[in-house]
Amino acid sequence: MLLAEGLRHSFGSVRALDDVSFTVQPGQTLAVFGPNGAGKTTLLKVLAGLIQPQHGRAHVEGGRRAIGWIGHQPQLYAQLTVGENLRFWASLYDAQPPVDLLSRLGLEEHANRPVRALSRGLVQRVAIARALVHDPRVLLLDEPFTGLDRTAAESFGRLLGQHAAAGRAAVLVTHNVEEGTGLATDVAFMRAGRFVHLAPRSGRDATDIAAAYRRAIGGAVA
Amino acid sequence: MRMLRVGRWITAIALVLLAGVYVRALVYTPVEQSQGLAQKIFYLHVPAAIWAETAMLLVGVASIVYLFLKDPRLDRFAAASAEVGTIFAAIVLTTGPIWGKPIWGTWWSWDARLTFTLFLFLLYVGYLLLRGAIADPAARARFAAVLGICGMCLVPFIHFSVYMFRTLHPMPIVLKPSAPSLPGSMLLTWLLSLGVFTLLYVGFVVQRYALSYLNEQLEAAGGELGHA
Amino acid sequence: MPDWLRHAWRVTRKDLVVEFRSRTAILSAATFVVLVLVVFNFGRDPTAVSAVDLAPSILWVTFTFAAILALNRAFQLELENQALDGLLLAPIGRGSIYLGKLLANLIFVAAIELLGVPLFAVFFNVPVLPYAAPLAAVIALATVGFVAVGTLFSAMTVRTRFAELLLPVLLLPFMIPPLIGAVLATSRLLAGRPLSEITGWLNMLAAYDIVFVALALLLFPATVNE
Repeated sequence: MLLAEGLRHSFGSVRALDDVSFTVQPGQTLAVFGPNGAGKTTLLKVLAGLIQPQHGRAHVEGGRRAIGWIGHQPQLYAQLTVGENLRFWASLYDAQPPVDLLSRLGLEEHANRPVRALSRGLVQRVAIARALVHDPRVLLLDEPFTGLDRTAAESFGRLLGQHAAAGRAAVLVTHNVEEGTGLATDVAFMRAGRFVHLAPRSGRDATDIAAAYRRAIGGAVA
Repeated sequence: MRMLRVGRWITAIALVLLAGVYVRALVYTPVEQSQGLAQKIFYLHVPAAIWAETAMLLVGVASIVYLFLKDPRLDRFAAASAEVGTIFAAIVLTTGPIWGKPIWGTWWSWDARLTFTLFLFLLYVGYLLLRGAIADPAARARFAAVLGICGMCLVPFIHFSVYMFRTLHPMPIVLKPSAPSLPGSMLLTWLLSLGVFTLLYVGFVVQRYALSYLNEQLEAAGGELGHA
Repeated sequence: MPDWLRHAWRVTRKDLVVEFRSRTAILSAATFVVLVLVVFNFGRDPTAVSAVDLAPSILWVTFTFAAILALNRAFQLELENQALDGLLLAPIGRGSIYLGKLLANLIFVAAIELLGVPLFAVFFNVPVLPYAAPLAAVIALATVGFVAVGTLFSAMTVRTRFAELLLPVLLLPFMIPPLIGAVLATSRLLAGRPLSEITGWLNMLAAYDIVFVALALLLFPATVNE
């Protein structure tokens, strides 16, 4: 469903991706953990086609239409209302926002408020809704928990669970092992542009993963 | 670095030759009858004008190829050519009024050719300012290439629009379709001067190119140290 | 409607709704036009220079500076929350994004011009109505060209330091041909000269529009792709 083959990319002398290869099958969620500057965001941008890698290739089944993206920035227009934003982004995919989208994220009563008037946590929830407007088959998530409170994080976790259960794929990058582990079927550690670990989670919990992560990346970073 | 030395040598030779051309122009070439001594500046003014415009054309061509190949050497060349073009345009803009004061009786006359060079100069300044305003080398190269291509395409439009204003300028006397109307010895001096300016352009560009290459190496080394 | 045009129109409509919500840009541009026209009127010696001689230059200087105000905000909007990345991720062509932004900018500048021309006619006592159709053609031809270049450049300058200052510096040399053409054509029109006198300028303006709209469509991807 998603394939990365020998990806390499540098910005000037900084190597952001160094021979990264993996595949993600339907139903899989790959969590990539790494410290800041390890190349996680570059990896997602290459997968999304926002950056042409200098070497190697990335392929997402269904192309741009199949990708949903949640990044550092909400990608919303602050002056427009929640509903207008969602309708605009859906229209670019020739789609309508799913009717239950707002209720699944607890946003019903905010539909007619401009995004600029919302709190940071609500904006992040709208950003998640925005990524789901066209019912994407592959989700690319860059630190999606930033700004979410516990309840919102839980409902977001449930959404991702439904996404995976429907036979869809996701790649999640974060520096926070605690938050990412619960959703992952597969785990990778990234350091200086390289995957230093890539394996199924197979029953390991957050504590196990965190210990493995510290061993792989080095104590200073964790 | 070898390239930098080569560039310095070419420039030095060109400057010596330029002095030689001017000895020839002042001592051995006849004084033009209607304009007198002021005409001597023409051997500096016209070749500089030709290379100021050609440099923009080369910036544009290098930019087009850069967008296809993404080869940093092309970007370095475009930047070097633009800087040298700026200098040459500045030479034209200084020598023009010096000549214009005794002949036209005014420093600045909004004559079409000088006005054209002024806009060319402003275009170069914008190009160099844009380069200076972007830190990321890849984005800098892409943005500069976009502006360089637009600049090249703008040149004929500026030509056309400033020429629709009436011009005071002496009409082309060297590059006109019929035989050149310049006396033989003046033409020879002028051609020598054009040759010297070509050499000057090459010398300056090679030096500028070598310097920006060294600069990039230095930045890269600094980047590596910073990330170690 | 073909897909690329439909997508472009969606981007345009979104820009216009955003603009309509805040109204700060259009209101400040409109105020700017009024102020400049008033100031220029006091800045000339009415006994020395007749209004009709000076009027076309004043009109066009006003329009170009008002347009720069509009162009500066065009891509600011897209970078605020990295919405531009969202547009680039969507299954629409880069050309549609550019065209959408261009169309929104053109509508914005046209609105300012629609306000400026009657004011200009009243303040400077210039008869505009008899020449309304050819004048509209001159204004449209000149505006499309420099707004096309300005839209392309603003996609680059918003990502630099000193964006508000850099855009006019880059754009002004590119405004010279449309500006000279528009000023001369406008003054011939207002002086009641026959249309045939300005066909040379109209052709130049049309050629400029074709060359730079095509060039901008080709080059726009290079300003947004990494």
